[in-house]
Amino acid sequence: MLLPYFQAIENGAIGATIRDSLWLFPFVEAFHLVALAVIGGAVLLVDFRLLGLGLKRHPVAELAWDAQPWLLGSLIFMIASGVPLFMSEAIKCYYSFAFWVKMTSLALAIIFTFTIRRRVTLADDTRFSPAVYRAVGTISILLWSTVGWGGRWIGFS
Amino acid sequence: MSLHNLMQWMADTKWSVGLHESRYAYSIIESVHVWTLCLFVGFAVLLDLRLLGVTLKRVPVSQIVTRLLPWTKASFVVMVISGVLLFYAIPLRTYHNVFFRAKAVLLLLAALNAWLFHDGRVYQGLAEWDSAPATPRGAKLAGAFSLALWVAIVFSGRMIAYNWFDCESPQKSAFMDTIAGCDRTNQEVP
Repeated sequence: MLLPYFQAIENGAIGATIRDSLWLFPFVEAFHLVALAVIGGAVLLVDFRLLGLGLKRHPVAELAWDAQPWLLGSLIFMIASGVPLFMSEAIKCYYSFAFWVKMTSLALAIIFTFTIRRRVTLADDTRFSPAVYRAVGTISILLWSTVGWGGRWIGFS
Repeated sequence: MSLHNLMQWMADTKWSVGLHESRYAYSIIESVHVWTLCLFVGFAVLLDLRLLGVTLKRVPVSQIVTRLLPWTKASFVVMVISGVLLFYAIPLRTYHNVFFRAKAVLLLLAALNAWLFHDGRVYQGLAEWDSAPATPRGAKLAGAFSLALWVAIVFSGRMIAYNWFDCESPQKSAFMDTIAGCDRTNQEVP
């Protein structure tokens, strides 16, 4: 059903330009990876705190507030670099199980992060119980890790 | 025995061949390497950004060092073990890969930078500026160097996968051959 769209994307100018270049794909991919480290730091800092690890002397909301621009900025960077990578091999992605795992978990991770996790982390420290913190931190780490692993495994297929 | 021969010997060991030809082991090790990158470089970057005075300004630098650095150190161990295994799976090619060599040098520079900063005057006087949102120039410099080095390390690490300058690929330049340590004397010119 979606295949014609993926074919059109792959045959588009951006996809073709990246495919024809020796350097472009690795270059964009490397920046994608640098941004991964930043988003990893921004997500894990807060999730660790929710699990009672890391900077536990500081309020969750304070850390979440400081991490937010880096989370948002690196996410935008990830998508901006990820989309051209996808366009250069859209058909391969269409048939890649890892790609669909990644996209599904990415959608879930974004929704979770900007709804439930945002609400819990930006609230006063007394509002939610440690059990809620632990649950939110665990779900966030699992969702984002699935995105990362899925992404890495697109390359192995 | 030269390093080249040592790598050749390593490549022929049973475990190296096994890793190289494995269906999943290599991919899993590489995924662990990449996942741990989020923790290791992610937290290192947070400290660098704090040293630059751009984030976590309300958190004392000493808090980040005592509470986040243990995770950085633990994840560094995982990075090294998984990295060594990845090298061990493809030793000879990796040894002659220019990006691998660049990464090794950059890693040494990052270690040197961290060591100089840690033993330096600015960090020894941390008590004076620990909780200050703005950091001294020395701290900013160390943070900026570290940040630039880690970006370059991730970059060169990703590029190891590409064989543009490999000794088995057609010669690009004599300079690159020198860096890669290629010996083309017995090679057929395609």
